[in-house]
Amino acid sequence: MSFVLTEDQEMLRETAMAFARDELSVNHLRALRDAGANGKDAKTRQKLAELGFFGVIIPDEPGAETFGLTGLGQILEAQGRTLAATPLLQTALIAASAFQLGGSPAQQAEWLPKIAAGEVTFALALDESAHFSPYSVSTEAERNGQGYTINGMKKYVPDAHHADTLIVVARTFGDSGDRHGLSLFLVPANAKGVTISELKTVDSHGAAHVTFDDVVVSEGALIGPADQGADILDPVLDRAAIGMAAEMLGSAQAAFDMTLEYLNNRKQFGQLIGSFQALQHRAAKMFVELEMTRSCVAAALSAADEGKADLAELASLAKAKAGELVHLVSNECVQMHGGIGMTDAAEPGFYMKRARVQEALYGSASWHRDRYARLAGF
Amino acid sequence: MAYDNAEQLEEFRLETRKWLEANCPPSMRTPMVDDEVVWGGRNATFKNPDSKVWLDRMAEKGWTAPEWPKEYGGGGLTRAEARVLEQELRRIKARAPLFSFKGKTRWCQGYSEPGAGSDLAGLQTRCEDKGDHYLINGQKVWTSYADKADWIFCLVRTDTSTKHEGISFILFDMKSPGVEARPIQLISGESPFCETFFTDVKVPKDQLVGRLNGGWEIAKRLLQFERSSISSSGFGGTGSLSPEEYAKQLIGTDESGRLLDGDLRGRLADHRMYAKAFALTVQRQTEQAKAGQAVGHTASILKYGAAKMNQDRHELLIEALGTEGLGWAGEGFDKGALRVTRQWLRSKGNSIEGGTSEINLNVIAKRVLGLKEHQ
Repeated sequence: MSFVLTEDQEMLRETAMAFARDELSVNHLRALRDAGANGKDAKTRQKLAELGFFGVIIPDEPGAETFGLTGLGQILEAQGRTLAATPLLQTALIAASAFQLGGSPAQQAEWLPKIAAGEVTFALALDESAHFSPYSVSTEAERNGQGYTINGMKKYVPDAHHADTLIVVARTFGDSGDRHGLSLFLVPANAKGVTISELKTVDSHGAAHVTFDDVVVSEGALIGPADQGADILDPVLDRAAIGMAAEMLGSAQAAFDMTLEYLNNRKQFGQLIGSFQALQHRAAKMFVELEMTRSCVAAALSAADEGKADLAELASLAKAKAGELVHLVSNECVQMHGGIGMTDAAEPGFYMKRARVQEALYGSASWHRDRYARLAGF
Repeated sequence: MAYDNAEQLEEFRLETRKWLEANCPPSMRTPMVDDEVVWGGRNATFKNPDSKVWLDRMAEKGWTAPEWPKEYGGGGLTRAEARVLEQELRRIKARAPLFSFKGKTRWCQGYSEPGAGSDLAGLQTRCEDKGDHYLINGQKVWTSYADKADWIFCLVRTDTSTKHEGISFILFDMKSPGVEARPIQLISGESPFCETFFTDVKVPKDQLVGRLNGGWEIAKRLLQFERSSISSSGFGGTGSLSPEEYAKQLIGTDESGRLLDGDLRGRLADHRMYAKAFALTVQRQTEQAKAGQAVGHTASILKYGAAKMNQDRHELLIEALGTEGLGWAGEGFDKGALRVTRQWLRSKGNSIEGGTSEINLNVIAKRVLGLKEHQ
């Protein structure tokens, strides 16, 4: 396990931090929100493609070195700092991982270069209820001669309102709750029978409910073997949780930095409020939690790159710690800013809103605590 | 001896391995038992005679202080060699030979006073210059094992007109006339700490360390060492079983192996995650320090975290044990559980000793985060 970035990863991190700071500030998100864009941002997608951020875990040629998930984690952390809405988590991480872990050679050859070039974006259509529960899938894909017919409904699918292609988790065998019997399908967002209902969400990133009404796909739309989709889905979701944890770390760090700056500027009773011990101790405790979460995220990213056996455990650790952290820090950020923190003109509220979305996706802290305990045998 | 290449280091490893094989008694390769811990000193006792053999052999090699120069009795090893020695000791699961240097002198630390705990620099023990000697009067408290120590390193006041700049660092023999150590019985029933009284204790002038009134700088550095050593080794004293194991045995699980008490299960998982996050943080900071990256004031961060972690662990252990954890002594209770009960009480000191958690939070707020002093 490595906690020290390579020189290349360090450069990537700096580039990503600078890009987020200069081009994707919280004010950028605010402007998108006020323009009604709901997270859709074609210009940013173009710039991310130019920077090569979509291809961070995709080798230029088979077997070549990449920045790894650790590299992508630096970019996600950077975009977390400014709450940027980008297709990177869904496309550069989730879709690329799904193809790498489960795609046929033909699918990999077709899709990975397109992802790397930023030519196509994806959305993982998984959840069917208000809570993450990856095997609770009722959406059905029925065998139909040369292919499958998909029927069902997916809730709160991130990026589905602007993605080109959906990766749909559907059931080809068994009942909702069974691990066996899941299959992954590629479905063009504009396929006949797909209805995408855009949602205005609290974090201004947007999302969509998606319904599938006799959607016909070919055999070639299947990623990996039928019924055994969970073997691909599980490690993909671990990586998604880790990527999201990296984003959350960035958000928490930024909210913390903002709070610290306010503590060092705001005066009451003729004193900087940061000189009050009640606030100092809370700030110090947040800092300890930040340091600990940073270690968990780095360990999980590195475990994914090294193919470690304890990936699931570390993914749960990172996502759960990041979940606790981001709520602690974003709530304290609002509280310590006082009345200003309650205003839309100030930034703390944006962090608190986004934190709830980050928490809900790919398993809440509570979900991951439960899994962590299960993996530890109690 | 300096080894400048991997081959020579490998040779050192083989020599070390051979020497340890020949010189580490078999009973010293078993887990340490409480009453066989060797503290050394003039009155050292060895419950297991192998402990003495092991200590003497290691001390003669200088390997009880591997990286110290040979002329001071150390092993004169390089950092790389010391790491090899450490790895080889771990490989055969060797016990640490002792908790002092050569085993000849056992030391205690005279810092806290009744009126100077968290505000350590407020200490009042007076040290007067009497021409050919110093004269010390005052009282220390929480002196670890003062009743068993041979010598003390002590903070004393040599200037009453100023606070931090009036403190000196001095060494003296605990047998000096006028020194008295009285053990304090703790809530755990144990007495690792003493009240220590000094009445007209005469100390030769060459036993002052550093410059007169320059003791605070030395003490601050030593406190950092103390905080880091506490956080890297944890607070020791772990029960034979984890809280999860006790809970599984005493509360039970459902058919899928989940603990029946769902609320406790969540808190156990939370603690286990905190402990893992803490361990990863120690590892990350060590790696970053090695790579030459600035890590900042980590001792306080880790001391704060280690105290919380160990206290949480013992609260969970006691909770998981139920009435099995409420024994004090004698029959009817599992020996391991009796140990846990004492350690639970002992752990309450973790957030007090070596700088309270509140003081550590102050240090983080001011030195790491740069928050200002209250005016």
